[in-house]
Amino acid sequence: MIGRYAVRFAALGYLTALLALPVGYVFWRTFRHGFWPAWHAVTTPEALHALKVTLILAGIAVPANTIFGVLAGLAIVRYRFPGAGVFNAVVDLPLALSPVVVGLALLLLYGRGGWLGGHHVVFALPGMVLATMFVSLPFVVREVVPVLREVGTEQEQAAATLGANAWQTFRRVTWPAIRWAIAYGVVLTTARALGEFGAVSVVSGRLEGQTESLTLYVQDRYQAFDDVGAYAAAVVLALIAVTTLILMTALKPKEETR
Amino acid sequence: MRRISLLLLLALAFPALAAGAARDTKLALVAYSTPKDAYGQLIPAFQKTRAGQGVSFSQSYGASGDQSRAVAAGLPADVVALSLAPDLSSLVQKHLVAQSWNKDKYHGIVTRSVVVFVVRDGNPKHIKTWTDLVKPGVGIVTPNPFTSGGARWNIMAAYGGALRAGKTPRQAQSYLAQLWKHVVASPASAREGLQTFLAGRGDVFLAYENEAIFAQKHGQPVQFVTPKATILIENPIAVTSSSQHKQQAQAFIDFLRTKPAQRIFAENGYRPIVTGVTQGLNFPVRPQLFTIKYVGGWPSVEKKFFDPRGGVMAKIIGANGG
Amino acid sequence: MAARAEPLPARFQAAPALAVGLSTLYLSVVVLLPLAAVAWHAHGWGAITSPEAVAALKLTLSLSLVVAVINAVAGTAIAWTLVRDRFFGQSFVNALVDLPFALPTIVAGLVLLTLYRDLAFTRWGVLAALLFVTLPFVVRTVQPMLLELDIEMEDAAASLGASRVATFRRIILPNILPAILSGVALAFARAIGEFGAVVLISGNLPFKTEVLSVYVFGRIESGDPGGAAAASVATLGISFAVLLAIGGLRRLVTRHDR
Repeated sequence: MIGRYAVRFAALGYLTALLALPVGYVFWRTFRHGFWPAWHAVTTPEALHALKVTLILAGIAVPANTIFGVLAGLAIVRYRFPGAGVFNAVVDLPLALSPVVVGLALLLLYGRGGWLGGHHVVFALPGMVLATMFVSLPFVVREVVPVLREVGTEQEQAAATLGANAWQTFRRVTWPAIRWAIAYGVVLTTARALGEFGAVSVVSGRLEGQTESLTLYVQDRYQAFDDVGAYAAAVVLALIAVTTLILMTALKPKEETR
Repeated sequence: MRRISLLLLLALAFPALAAGAARDTKLALVAYSTPKDAYGQLIPAFQKTRAGQGVSFSQSYGASGDQSRAVAAGLPADVVALSLAPDLSSLVQKHLVAQSWNKDKYHGIVTRSVVVFVVRDGNPKHIKTWTDLVKPGVGIVTPNPFTSGGARWNIMAAYGGALRAGKTPRQAQSYLAQLWKHVVASPASAREGLQTFLAGRGDVFLAYENEAIFAQKHGQPVQFVTPKATILIENPIAVTSSSQHKQQAQAFIDFLRTKPAQRIFAENGYRPIVTGVTQGLNFPVRPQLFTIKYVGGWPSVEKKFFDPRGGVMAKIIGANGG
Repeated sequence: MAARAEPLPARFQAAPALAVGLSTLYLSVVVLLPLAAVAWHAHGWGAITSPEAVAALKLTLSLSLVVAVINAVAGTAIAWTLVRDRFFGQSFVNALVDLPFALPTIVAGLVLLTLYRDLAFTRWGVLAALLFVTLPFVVRTVQPMLLELDIEMEDAAASLGASRVATFRRIILPNILPAILSGVALAFARAIGEFGAVVLISGNLPFKTEVLSVYVFGRIESGDPGGAAAASVATLGISFAVLLAIGGLRRLVTRHDR
């Protein structure tokens, strides 16, 4: 009997010390002097620009990776093609790579002297968009693939024999089966895109109002001894994270929960 | 009737359009990290002047060496303001800045500072001179001169301080080796160095006066001592050769050297390059102040001390395993 | 019913070509091309044999291994508490475990630094940051396994007189060990490349708290992208080797009589 309480105590203690306390403490520190100082810190022009940049990055990367995710999922599961295994492995690569390496790759490719260099990609928004797309690529695919496998092709074949074309089949048969998996994948992709730091750090150029994302802004404020600014921006990001968490919990594929 | 109103509209619109065309200029300022606050005040001040009307700015701040390399790698820039001349000279080699950048009256400099010792409250170890730094038990924090270009000022200040104290160049070099043995942390940048020191490491942090003043202004518990023999730090600025707005960029630089602009720099902790703007501010004149020329000038110093393959510092740091 | 990828009727033939073609193009442009640039530009192997690089490598590898071991234990304990235990607020704790996935890494570093000031510029700080970001991996791989495990098997063992510890050791552990190892592999891969969470708290002191990703970043910033690329390739090689080893270990302990 004691065993159960000991494990519970240890597990919860670990989670509290590592996660709950630090996050809670930052919230407390941010709002210690009231709501308005924090609000002012996070509505400075620089902070708002940074937020705008972050939203643009996610606003492009998430839809692109969602469309890719559905197409790739269908390609991998439904249409046998040579190299599908390699394709699958490459899709997973962004999960294994350090974000700094991602940034380096883009710098080498699009920077001055690179293979595709000299077109205002790095040190500008396009480079950051590409970095964000890279790191948030796998999530929709990985959610869609198991569902497609599970669902099978019976219904799609039935629809084909009834005369439906590819688009109609997709819309009426495939889509309803995968839409919640897509939704969950979109939430994960968005969280990853909003939180990206390492890769954009390398390709950014830190141009205020142009290439400083909210995550870079947090580091910038911290290094300028502006604790209030850093915490306020961190809290904004944390609140977005909490929203993401709620959505994740609501949409999570059922076999992982009780 | 309608034709007249149309003409009237055009007549009114014309000056607006003309002014809009003039308002076209956007200057890209790429600078090192510390003068961010200062430029935040200087740019609006410039925009109020005749030359600055209708000029807007994009700004980028980061470590001096990093910014120099970023410009070399394609970061767009009209005005480059860095921490030390070598970071600008490397852009000259890449044909991004004209060779004549430092041939004006001010030798291309826009602000100055000095190397100081940042110490603990009350200076418990009584660190006042370069010799005090190598007393037993003293731990030094200084940025790594191979990652932080600005850290090179610290090293040359130490070297020159030893020369001023009467040492021969060889003895001064072995003083540097002794100094490095006392280094307990050498982070990548000056700002990180200050944070390391404030977090409790070391007894003294080698910094620039303006960095220390910046920290004080932002509420950090910083106390500093200016040694008698110290180096005059000179921060360069230049227009890039790739700029599409060379005239306005030069106008901005000229503005930065006017008394009102230099006063703003002074209020932000920088030593000005013109006289008469330091009333009410404290910039002690040190009796044994010297410049980089005293220790050989940057080109020869870079080669002798900071060549990553065989320079004096490479040997010293390598010998210490970091 | 899990279906094999079955070829669809002839009228679908255009659709597969499109899906495969488009997604392969996207994947190549976004992921493969930049990575090829890294492989191509890797030279200056001095970058990986310098004392600073070797120190960063040793530190990163050892910390990642420690993190993997701690996660194996803590992650299993947390998964256990979430599956086999019942207490108030359990679903909240379950959702909390995903927080490191949702929170930007720079914020993670900042919150740890704020609460645990003394960790700044120390290896313990780096350890804490790595533990934060790798927390969910083992928990989420072990959890479904524990759910699946036949509770009757455990009851049977208990009724035959086996103590709880013996039951755990003989019955449960062998079954969840593969899942633990999968989680460990993911955690290890993540820890090796982590940048954002570490960059503030570690102070990036060369030879003391500088991890590989920060070292690569430093190489890029020092105008040595070739060296950075070389270091990246070397790091990837090493992680790949370790992951293969963990994978082999996993195959070894997977029970084939299931």
